[in-house]
Amino acid sequence: MAEEVKLLKGNEAIALAAIRYGTDGYFGYPITPQSEIMETLMDEKPWETTGMVVLQAESEVAAINMVYGGAACGKRVMTSSSSPGISLKQEGISYMAGAELPGLIVNVMRGGPGLGTIQPSQADYFQTVKGGGHGDYRLITLAPASVQEMADHVALGFDLSFKYCNPAMILADGVIGQMMEKVVLPEQRPRKSEAEIRREQPWATLGKTRDRKPNIITSLELDSSVMEKNNLRFQAKYKAIEENEVLYEEIQCEDADYLIVAFGSAARISQKVMELARKEGIKVGLFRPITLWPFPTRRLNDYKDKVKGILTVELNAGQMVEDVRLAVECKIPVEHYGRLGGIVPTPQEVLEQIKKLKN
Amino acid sequence: MQHEIIIAGFGGQGVLSMGKILTYAGLMENKEVTWFPSYGPEQRGGTANVTVILSDERISSPVLNEYDAAIILNQPSLEKFEPSVKPGGILIYDGYGITHPPTRRDIRVYEIEAMNTATNENMSKTFNMIVLGGLLKVLNPVKLDSVMAGLKKTLPERHHHLLPVNEKAILRGMEIIKEK
Repeated sequence: MAEEVKLLKGNEAIALAAIRYGTDGYFGYPITPQSEIMETLMDEKPWETTGMVVLQAESEVAAINMVYGGAACGKRVMTSSSSPGISLKQEGISYMAGAELPGLIVNVMRGGPGLGTIQPSQADYFQTVKGGGHGDYRLITLAPASVQEMADHVALGFDLSFKYCNPAMILADGVIGQMMEKVVLPEQRPRKSEAEIRREQPWATLGKTRDRKPNIITSLELDSSVMEKNNLRFQAKYKAIEENEVLYEEIQCEDADYLIVAFGSAARISQKVMELARKEGIKVGLFRPITLWPFPTRRLNDYKDKVKGILTVELNAGQMVEDVRLAVECKIPVEHYGRLGGIVPTPQEVLEQIKKLKN
Repeated sequence: MQHEIIIAGFGGQGVLSMGKILTYAGLMENKEVTWFPSYGPEQRGGTANVTVILSDERISSPVLNEYDAAIILNQPSLEKFEPSVKPGGILIYDGYGITHPPTRRDIRVYEIEAMNTATNENMSKTFNMIVLGGLLKVLNPVKLDSVMAGLKKTLPERHHHLLPVNEKAILRGMEIIKEK
């Protein structure tokens, strides 16, 4: 049977994909431009079908700590928010990383800093891939550029976070969250049974059995020598993720003289720029990181001998551009173009920047 | 074939839902579609707009700065989007409340008296469908049948008895639109 094609907002796609994935719980607090995630879940009433819990917490801080609790029981749990709310969740994310707990966090970014605006932004790149919370931890970060990817990244994010026992984030923005596109949702999967969780997540705190010691979920370790060992274990895990889980898309990069590097909605705009530039005879390619951490450093490095220059297009003042410069070892010019505070650049104004790079 | 369309007016005029119905009609024809709304606080009482793209190929940017067709339902939107119509493109506007009509000569300008028609002919609930009818007449980005199929899909079943009223409004829009 052919899959049914639905027309959905990015936020709605996340909610429906979460139900289909067999998610056990969603805990959130409303904030524009992502409120449709919880609204859709409430409309769908998955507690009557799959048994999924959907709960509006009293705050973002409460929501992320509910995720911590659910994850500690081996459950597939998630939360979502937008930039100011995600800032509130950072302590919880750091604790999850420290306790090696899986879980999915969705950030539909809006313009900051502070309460800022409700319009689209990508200004939380640094916060997401460089830390956010305290300590030497890493957050698996997926950057969807379409409504289909909003749906697909729910499963991808959960799968990676369980594979490595580390939180994962879908880093979207107001454009991708609010726009409607065609999407095919995944098949409905069952939620995991308690027996399956006991088998696959033996660390889960589901109640002690006679044959083992108690499971303890904590990020606290007062013995520094043990804490260093924990950190070394985390670092080895992060290295494995960097080795194995990098995702990116290359569009017309083979013959490109210039490269645009962009993620999320900026990548969609940049694809239009690429089309416009090629009509004018400028060979532009688009490199779109899909995982922002792990960043496609090695693949980008290949382009230092292939293209004359790179433009990063971001809805921020220049954040990912630093990682691109590192990736090409500053061997070729890497410029940045961005609009700030919720303004989305138009394809035409980005095209002008490509022409500047050329001259 | 690709149609890049902006629909702009006051919040409450049915701008976003008109765009949604157009997008669903594109879906019915197996086209690639995007619908991107202004979702700012300006929606209540202020201006609202939505960008709809219907295409036979993968759509790149959902955000545009020039359009094949602009449907304009108030003066602020006219001022904002008249300059953004591609040369040779289409601008459709409802003259109601327009104090400074469009002036460009390098585009095709159409007027549709949808507001007056809706008021006089007791069709105020389907005002946006009258406008959509005008678009279907002059640009024809999707077939009328697809619009009706799209409407059927978006309307909850309990409202399906309203389908004929909507179709009537679309047909009326096709009749009253005129080139300036």
